[in-house]
This record gives sequence, C-alpha cells and structure tokens, in this order.
Amino acid sequence: MIRLVNVRKSFGSQTVLSGLNLDIPDRAVYVVVGVSGAGKSCLLKHLIGLMRPDSGQVWIDDIEITSLGRRALNRVRNRFGMLFQGGALFDSMSVYDNVAFPLREKTQKSEAEIRDKVHERLFQVGLAGVDAKFPSELSGGMRKRAALARSLVSDPEILLFDEPTTGLDPIRVNAIHRLILDLHQMLDFTAVIVSHEIPAVFSLATHIAMLHQGVIVESGSPSALQESNNPVVRQFMSGQLEGPIDVY
Amino acid sequence: MLRLVRSCGRLTLRTLREMGRMGVFLGTTLIDIFRPPLQGGQLVRRIYFIGSRSLLLIVFTGAFTGMVVALQGYIALRRFGGEEALGPMVGLSLIRELGPVLSALMITARAGSALTAELGIMRITEQIDALEVMALNPIKYLVVPIFLAACITFPLLNSVFVTVGIYGGYIVGVELLGGSSGAYFTQMSSAADSSDIWMGVYKSLSFGMIVAWVSCFKGFYAAHGAEGVSHATTQAVVMCAVLILVWDYFIGSVLV
Ligand SMILES: Nc1ncnc2c1ncn2[C@@H]1O[C@H](COP(=O)(O)OP(=O)(O)O)[C@@H](O)[C@H]1O
Ligand SMILES: [Mg+2]
Repeated sequence: MIRLVNVRKSFGSQTVLSGLNLDIPDRAVYVVVGVSGAGKSCLLKHLIGLMRPDSGQVWIDDIEITSLGRRALNRVRNRFGMLFQGGALFDSMSVYDNVAFPLREKTQKSEAEIRDKVHERLFQVGLAGVDAKFPSELSGGMRKRAALARSLVSDPEILLFDEPTTGLDPIRVNAIHRLILDLHQMLDFTAVIVSHEIPAVFSLATHIAMLHQGVIVESGSPSALQESNNPVVRQFMSGQLEGPIDVY
Repeated sequence: MLRLVRSCGRLTLRTLREMGRMGVFLGTTLIDIFRPPLQGGQLVRRIYFIGSRSLLLIVFTGAFTGMVVALQGYIALRRFGGEEALGPMVGLSLIRELGPVLSALMITARAGSALTAELGIMRITEQIDALEVMALNPIKYLVVPIFLAACITFPLLNSVFVTVGIYGGYIVGVELLGGSSGAYFTQMSSAADSSDIWMGVYKSLSFGMIVAWVSCFKGFYAAHGAEGVSHATTQAVVMCAVLILVWDYFIGSVLV
C-alpha cells in the first residue's frame, strides 16, 4: 500500500504538487495520466525519495519515507524498481552489464547466478542475444525493454514506470503494454505507471487517476473515468482544445 | 534604486547558496572517500581517462613553454651578462610556477570539461537518479574515483610537463643559442632544492582537487536540457581557471 497525504511541492514560485492525496493498493496496475508538465514525473520521484515534498507525507506500507535518513531510505528503495522516461541505461556499459549491475553491486551472487538471472530477464523482455550491444546502438523500444529488464532484475515489489511508451509507434506501445501485463501476472508486483497513452492504457490499468494542477482531480476504475462528468477529465480523454485545461 | 539594491541582494544570496552547496558537495566527497568499498575499476578508468586525454597536450605545451622561457630568459639575461643563470631560471620557473599552473589549465580544458559534460549528461538522462534508486551512492560511485584520479594524475602530468619543459629549454638555450651545456644543468640542480619540488607537488595536488571538485559539482548539478550541460561545462572551465590562479597566488604567498 502506497499512500500520499497532502503532498506539496514547489520549485521557486512554480507550484507543481498542491496538496495531493493518493492511495495505491498492493498489486494494482495504477495508471496516472495528465498533460505534459503536470508533474507526473515529480509525483513518481516522491514515491521513491528522489524528491522530498515541501510538506505532506509519503507512506510505503507503514513507513513514512519523507523524513528517513539515507540508510533507512535505501532499505525502502531496495523494494522498488524504476523505469525512467529515457531508460537511464548507463552509456558506458553494455546491455548485459547494465542489467547485471544491480546484482553485482548489491548482492553476493556468483557470476554464474548473475548470468542466469540476467539472461532470464532479457529473455522475458524479448531481448535475448543483444548482451554485447551498447545502449547507443539500440532503438528506442529496445532501450526501454533493456531498462525494464534492469529494473526487474532485483525482483522489486513495486515498479514505477515513467512514460514507458512515449515516442514509440502504436504497435510497440501495445507490445510494451502486453509485456507489462505479462510480467505483472508472472512476478506479481505493484505497478505505478505514468502515461499519456489514451485509450491504450484503459486495457492495462486496474485503476486510473488524473493529475491536474497539482492534485488528483479524479480516480477510479478505467470505465468510471471514461464515463466521468468532470470536464477536465472529459477534455483530456477526448483531446479537445476547448475546455477547462489551458492548452497554451 | 530599490531595484538595484534588490537585485544585488538576490545575486549575493544566490552566490552564497551556491558556495554553500559546493562546500557540502566537497565535504560529502571527502567523507565518502573513506567509506568502503574502494571503486578500484572506476579509479583506474578515470586515471586512464584523464591521463590519456591530456598526456600528448602536456608534452606539447610543456616543450614549448620551456622553449619560450629559455628564449626570453636568454635575451634578458644576456643584457647584463648572466647567461649562465639560464638553467636555474628555466628550472625554477617551471618547477615552482609554470608547470603546475599551465598543466592544470591544460588538463582542465581537455579532461575537466569532458568530465563535466559526462556527469551533466548522466544527470539529465537520469542515470544519476537511477543509481540513487538502486540504493547506490552516486557520489561514492562517480565522484570519488574522479577526485582520487585527479590527485594522482595532476602531480604526475605536472612532472612530465616540467621535465619536457626543461629539455625544451635546453634545446633552445644550449643547442640553438649556444649556451654552455654543463652550466645549464649543474646551475639548475644547485639552485633548486627540495622545497621547490615540494612547492610544485603541493600546487599540482591542490589544483587537481580544485579541478575535480568544480568539474564534478557543475556536472552533477547540471540543469535540465542540453543547454544545461553546455552551460555547466563553460562555467566549470572558467571557474577552474580562476580558482587555479587565485589559489596559486595564495599558496605561493603562504608557502614562499
Ligand atoms: N528539478 C526541477 N527543478 C525545477 N523545476 C522542475 C524540476 N523538475 C520538474 N520541474 C518542473 O515541474 C513541472 C512538472 O515537471 P514533470 O513532473 O517533469 O512533468 P511531467 O512529467 O508531468 O511532464 C515542470 O514545469 C518542470 O519544469
Ligand atoms: Mg515526465
């Protein structure tokens, strides 16, 4: 269970989160949608302590993480995986070394155990046989898959996805969504996904929430959001220019 | 008038805050040096990175610096018949002053800027955040090896610079202008003592720390976007150069 209580965050005079509340149940596939610049990446970074709120609380089960020191925070982080918007693969390492990196740095596993695990994850994301390639040699979709394999390699309980499909063609969008669903069934983690991918995410999500002007304006099941009467939600879902969301 | 005061105040506050953050960054780095494990592989990679990038440049600029000093020194010394002082003059100025300063400036231009750009790109592509998320310490993993590598490579490259410079001076002063070959080296070694050598070592060691500190700081906290990285790189190079010269005067006047 992840719970955000009244989280506020500003950068200088710009308020990004203004008293946000959010509950994410265990094993959900929780999708957060919102316009570009709404603060979705900020929201994810709060969940894992990369950003600290100006005020408010972030609970991971029964641990309040905003006031934790480095050591305690790292213990919480070990339960997380995160897929960054651009993948955030280390350019100086091959795909294999990237995926093996968390295991080498943080576990006592032997090189043979690491190899099995890395190959298992690379196979699961459909990247068997690209071990020796470097991130710069991969296409956008392959880079996301490799990053996904890296974030899965340490068996996280909670996986955060920052726009896992942005910049991909519709077929690859569906392929990544299918992959997330399959992995979710197989590995049983809680997924928090930031996305713009309307309507494709409706088939993926168990819950959807919309972030607008620093708060969650509406949340619920995908069908509930599709039938919402909230003009902000309706405008976003339909992509119209006229409405309460200021486009410019 | 009020606007002027206000913007002055804001600038002062920003500068103070930046200085505070730089201080904290340095402090954290120094503490993390002593926190195991030692990133041996990273350290070797960084030594190679700084050394291989700078060595040729150091040899080249060292040779020409020595040659210029010998040429100008010879012209000046001949006016009052002191040509035999050419060796000590070239040697001392290279060992105490020109070697550490110029080699540090050259390494800054070549390797320091590249380090800032590399860390800046890691910042904006969220690779530094990825390390944090994996519960690893990015300062320990990225900055400490650079810091240690600079402490090792700066004095070494400085000694290369000085050695090549002294031979460059020899070629001009003795081979081309016909000074006495024996006097060049014997006068030099009787004039320079170990305190001069240590002065050069202290200087280049501290310049190494300054360059690693500033380059890493600017890259580590580069702002969003490609402009953020190019801005950080320019700032790092300028700031390194200024700090090197200021610190050079300071250390020179304290250690004498
Ligand atoms: N580290 C930061 N410093 C200053 N402003 C930031 C920072 N991170 C994000 N912002 C600002 O916060 C707003 C929301 O950013 P973000 O969370 O990346 O939006 P989204 O992911 O929804 O597109 C943007 O206007 C951005 O400029
Ligand atoms: Mg974002």
